[in-house]
Amino acid sequence: MTTYTPPPSRVDDADAMPAVGPPRRDAERSPSRWLYVVLTLGVIVMALPFIWMLLSSVKPESEVRSIPPTWLPETFTLENYGELFDRLNFPTYFLNSTIVAVVVTLGNLLFGSMLGYALAKLEFRGRRLVFVIVLGTLMVPGMVTFVPLFVLVSNMGLTNTFPGLILPYLVAPLGVFLMRQYFVGLPDELIQAARVDGAGELRIFWSVMLPLAGPALATLGILTFLTSWNNFLWPLVVAQTEDKYTLPVALALYSVGQNATQYGLLLAGAVVVVVPVIVLFLAVQRYFVQGIAMTGIK
Amino acid sequence: MATATRAPAGRPTPAGGTPGGRRRRSLLQRRQARTAWLLALPFLLLFAAFTVGPVFASLFMSFTDMRSTDVRTPFAVDLAGFDNYTALFQDELFRKVAVNTAIFVVVGVPLTMVLALAAAVGLNRITRLKAFFRLGYYLPVVTSIVAVAVVWRFLLQPDTGPINQLLSVAGIDGPDWLGDPSLALPSLIVMATWRNLGTLMVIFLAGLQTVPRELLEAAEVDGAGRWQRFRHVTLPLLRPVLLFGAVITGVGYLQVFEEPFVMTNGGPLNATRSVSYYIYDQFSFGNYGYAAAASYVLFVAIVVMTVLQFRLLRPKA
Repeated sequence: MTTYTPPPSRVDDADAMPAVGPPRRDAERSPSRWLYVVLTLGVIVMALPFIWMLLSSVKPESEVRSIPPTWLPETFTLENYGELFDRLNFPTYFLNSTIVAVVVTLGNLLFGSMLGYALAKLEFRGRRLVFVIVLGTLMVPGMVTFVPLFVLVSNMGLTNTFPGLILPYLVAPLGVFLMRQYFVGLPDELIQAARVDGAGELRIFWSVMLPLAGPALATLGILTFLTSWNNFLWPLVVAQTEDKYTLPVALALYSVGQNATQYGLLLAGAVVVVVPVIVLFLAVQRYFVQGIAMTGIK
Repeated sequence: MATATRAPAGRPTPAGGTPGGRRRRSLLQRRQARTAWLLALPFLLLFAAFTVGPVFASLFMSFTDMRSTDVRTPFAVDLAGFDNYTALFQDELFRKVAVNTAIFVVVGVPLTMVLALAAAVGLNRITRLKAFFRLGYYLPVVTSIVAVAVVWRFLLQPDTGPINQLLSVAGIDGPDWLGDPSLALPSLIVMATWRNLGTLMVIFLAGLQTVPRELLEAAEVDGAGRWQRFRHVTLPLLRPVLLFGAVITGVGYLQVFEEPFVMTNGGPLNATRSVSYYIYDQFSFGNYGYAAAASYVLFVAIVVMTVLQFRLLRPKA
């Protein structure tokens, strides 16, 4: 590309260069302001629905529907939350969502790391076949297994039970994939040293290797917890009475039922569903971003 | 591999007595294999019961006339050959939902990719507030679609919704976004883009960070402008990442279900009903065999699309 380059774009280029090496001009140190303006506008578009949801959930119903809409609440009230937790059964739904998500996450952590370790570090016949079968199912759309799963769970008598909500999600290929990738990267010498010291194979896995897999376990744990917490279709068909509803199911049913016109209430419900995962995400986002990059690139 | 230094992988150990060293090795190998299966067993049992089994059961069901009344006797159903499949392709509604889904993919995938790439390139340039911006763009990904739908349905309301209120300030008479058959699907595509671009942005950002700085600097020394460097240096190096992004977004959008389910109930006039939604409907009507056939058609569509994407985007040798 030795052709003519117009001078103005050269200036832009210099502006866009990150601050590496000795600065040649002041303008080179920071990217152009326009980039920050555009990125900020983008972030506003992305976050505005959430900010608006939070602000509206503490407005009285009349203000939520006022025309023109208010931005900041003129009257601050927690009545929407009070109603969610007193009149509606949101504490139960919250508990149900938590139970399902925690058990599903623990199952994936335990079983995923067990198989992941075996695939990464142990010799056995059929190893490659197991790996191929597990990963091969990644392409299968959820709808393919949906109907037979429902038939299976019905015949096991597990509709409207916690096991019915949990069992189909207790293991997933993602866990095996993530844990295997991580264990492959750990040195074999650790295992050999432990064998020399007389540790059994199971003990090597449990007491030597698993404690070293913290970052991968954290990534897998967060990804699984979020997916389970937000899962919608399966709990919608399996949970049939109110005492088994998870949060998304309850919120979806309320938003088409007799409360459908109480926007303040529904928005407060949305806050209850969304805020725990946002807090969790903020607390551990380092692992999360790592996880996306790991599952994406490797 | 733990023993690969001494024993080649997968070779069966010779039976019978062998000198000390080799006997120890075979003992270790046997112990390893036993441990491996012990560790693999819980996963494999659950996986066989709740994933692999249903995949094949679904294929079998798609060739039967199974209905919800046969739930207790799933193996006593009658074989129906390809009846479900022929009925499916003759159903006008199925053709409609297939077209809707195709539009969702053909419009949604490029839109999501371009915006995610733009955001990633932007974020890759800046030094300050990078974590903040990344977080902001990623936020919609981690949130529940049901909660998001509650918010968006209100924002998009024709008369009282904040978006149309804002438009009316600018003198524009905002349309009924979700109620107009020609606007409902585009509105959902935009919403899906908003919700999914964070995932691709993080993946693209990781890819951009692997582009060697020296290459870009060399191109600059040769006089390549910013666009030329992006077009001829960055983009070719990003190809595998772009391919991956196109595949996961395409696979996701082909299965679109939750957005229309919680936003429009598939309406108006089936304008937003997708293939997955159609399968769910058939399941609710009790047509299990028919629903399974439709799900396998979707499966084949996913495989075909992925193969096409690999053909189009594969890095050239």
